[in-house]
Amino acid sequence: MNVRPAIAYHKKCRETQFYDGNTAIMAKMHFNYFVFVVFTILALSYVSCQEADVWSRVNPSVLRVGNGAEPADLDPHLVSGVTEHVILSTLFEGLVNLNARTLQPMPGVAESWELSPDGREYTFHLRHSARWSNGDPVTAEDFAYAWRRILTPSLGSEYAHMLHCIQNARLYNEGKLEDFSQVGVRVLDPHTLRVVLEHPTPYFLSMQIHFTYFPVHRGTIERFGRMDERGTQWTRAGNFVGNGAFQLDRWEPDRILVVKRNPYYWNASMVSLNEIQFYPIDNLNTEELLFRVGRLDLTSTVPLNKVEPYQRNYPEKIHISPYLGTYFYRFNTKRRPFDDVRVRRAFSLAINRDDLVRNVVRAGRAPAFSLTPKGIENYIPPESAPFNPEEARRLLAQAGYPEGVGFPPVEILFNTSEDHRQVAEAIQAMWRENLGIRVGLRNQDWKVYLNSLSTLDYDIARSAWIGDVIDPVNFLECFTSGNGNNRTGFSSPIFDGLIEEARSASSVSERFERLREAEKLLLEEAPIAPLYFYTRVFLMAPNVQGVYPNLLGYIDFKNVFWNVN
Amino acid sequence: MAGFFVRRLMEFIPVVFLVITLTFFLVRLAPGGPFSGEKFVSEEALRQIEAQYNLDAPLFVQYWDYLTDVLRGDLGPSLKRPNRSVTEWIKLKFPVSLELGLYGLFVALFIGLPAGVLAARYQNTWIDRVTMSGATAGICIPNFVLGPLLVLVFAIWLGWLPVALWEKPVDKILPSLTLGVVYAAYIARLSRTAMIEVLSQDFIRTARAKGLSEFQVVFRHALPGALQPVVAFLGPAAAGLLTGSFVVENIFRVPGLGTEFIKAALNRDYTMIMGTVLVFAVLILFFNLLVDLIHAWIDPRLRHD
Repeated sequence: MNVRPAIAYHKKCRETQFYDGNTAIMAKMHFNYFVFVVFTILALSYVSCQEADVWSRVNPSVLRVGNGAEPADLDPHLVSGVTEHVILSTLFEGLVNLNARTLQPMPGVAESWELSPDGREYTFHLRHSARWSNGDPVTAEDFAYAWRRILTPSLGSEYAHMLHCIQNARLYNEGKLEDFSQVGVRVLDPHTLRVVLEHPTPYFLSMQIHFTYFPVHRGTIERFGRMDERGTQWTRAGNFVGNGAFQLDRWEPDRILVVKRNPYYWNASMVSLNEIQFYPIDNLNTEELLFRVGRLDLTSTVPLNKVEPYQRNYPEKIHISPYLGTYFYRFNTKRRPFDDVRVRRAFSLAINRDDLVRNVVRAGRAPAFSLTPKGIENYIPPESAPFNPEEARRLLAQAGYPEGVGFPPVEILFNTSEDHRQVAEAIQAMWRENLGIRVGLRNQDWKVYLNSLSTLDYDIARSAWIGDVIDPVNFLECFTSGNGNNRTGFSSPIFDGLIEEARSASSVSERFERLREAEKLLLEEAPIAPLYFYTRVFLMAPNVQGVYPNLLGYIDFKNVFWNVN
Repeated sequence: MAGFFVRRLMEFIPVVFLVITLTFFLVRLAPGGPFSGEKFVSEEALRQIEAQYNLDAPLFVQYWDYLTDVLRGDLGPSLKRPNRSVTEWIKLKFPVSLELGLYGLFVALFIGLPAGVLAARYQNTWIDRVTMSGATAGICIPNFVLGPLLVLVFAIWLGWLPVALWEKPVDKILPSLTLGVVYAAYIARLSRTAMIEVLSQDFIRTARAKGLSEFQVVFRHALPGALQPVVAFLGPAAAGLLTGSFVVENIFRVPGLGTEFIKAALNRDYTMIMGTVLVFAVLILFFNLLVDLIHAWIDPRLRHD
């Protein structure tokens, strides 16, 4: 049998379908298009947010949260994103909590702790009332098991390096040490845990809110697979056991994830919410619309074009606060012309960051003249020289390119995104105006872009770093020689030495002094040009209380409540 | 008819094999792997993860293993969403895409066909102009514009329908409309053209001369002939509705397979890419077969080769 006649007929119809109108119809259609286009433009420009008391009939024991992407998993040893972090911090509790307002350590599973005089040995005293969501007691053994698991090489945890500050943890994680008893984690008794650190680590306590430090329930993990097995079913609703203020109730992928109050939580009586519903919505506009009609009480972020309308009309609903992240450009120091420090500095000096922040990136973001964001306690980052086009041109001339003459063709690489393109176009214009150099733009799909970065196949590349812990070393150590996050080819023995000295420094002030020197050197050598510091922007129903601005974007859901009056 | 069916089914095998092979090697050629990220993952960790998923074996060994696994019905674990296997993900997501696609198809037929028939019957009147302008607009407006526009009007201004999500029946109206409208527009134009052709033929004049009512002339005598090109179009349309729902799924937060497909490709989730491509390939083949069968059923001449 032959189907060709059918296909031929289909083709014929498709070919003729556009030619069956006459001129009058076409003219009429043009008019209709015009009306349609006008209507579309009017409709799309209507961004004012309509007011209706959409939260008047809200259930005060439930919070509905927009949470960006769908969590990849709920195994704290296998995840790496912010999305998972938000959910996991309701399902687990570490040794120490942080005060969401001040980010100061507060008792968690440990009710008290001591630090040895040399700053390398913590002794945690665990509370006897701490329970897993199945009623089992939480013990020091659970923490030791969890930390052994994440450091086990065969698990292949992508975030295990967070624990490398513990004595011998790195060696164990890299498979160079077989015996876990030599790692600095000792169970003295079921309620006492001693941790020995490689060097004094002032941010060790604040790291305890990171999911990599959470305990896991051994019985549950081993019921569904080996200790070092990825992707077993222990993280599904019904199987999951945690020790946080909430427990996993329902997880329907890409629809909703519901956590409910954990009756076994040691401080359950202080928890106000009965239920939190996390909605995975990665389309920012959809998330904003759901908030607008009252189907979400808290969003993960706000589309850039909605920030100003909200600030103007509903300032009580939009929240903007500094965030521990820096947006910067990398220069490939292994390739001409950016192997010359004068060229790198000239390019950095020719960027008007104030203009960039005011006109392009907006949303309360601050211009960045250092890699580490401001607001890290007691650390005042050194600043690179401000916008100075004359000096930039002088440096460029010194490097052999007066007025940009003879400059080889270079490109700014960024991963495909409208926001990154806007920044790149603005900077392209600044370099053309201030240096007389035309740079090209090149966008690549995310994974291709990452590949280009790590193989140093670029001239200038857009980048960002979001800090995992509130400490400058988390930003600066990226640029030590051979570090996987370096990705600029930059290598300076002096810089490496300063970072190493900072690690073993005996006092906090000495440590910060070394780090400041290192950062100053980094800015002078300019393998990177910091552009701006991130802010955390989100929408929240006016009656929700207990969410505070902080550098980590950390929300302590235990203390979030509806102010019903 | 049965022989035709079986022969066509046999043709599936080499096509599916080719799709698997091409996809397998093409995704491996794409730069970047499933486990690279903004923050560097240590070589050691990467090696261990790859070992867990057999990604450290030579490529042809992996390919062979994958083929034998597929024959056994095992599509492997998802690399990026490890807590379910690819088969489980497809079972979870595909019914949603299927539901959305079917609603889209209903929208396409129930709007497109009557519009096309009306326009043909009242050719060159204002009815024709309005419906055909609407159809041209429907073809021209991409669904990422239409979706937000419908939301703005029906969800925000009028407040009749929900903004997004896929829970209650009422949630499903706007996504289905957004998805179906472009196909409705095509169907309207196709059926109009075919209908005009049929209406000008002798047997229609005979039917009118017999004194049949206009309704009977149009729907009983003319419509079956005018349906041919619409049926030919339905195969690709059905496949397009099922596989092309990514944008609609994203706008309305519909938990379907289209989103999974795109995300898997962007994340280099090798096993998930393979699984979704396989599902979509089989679907497209199936719908083409279905259309041929319907054709053969409508037009007996096609049954004999």
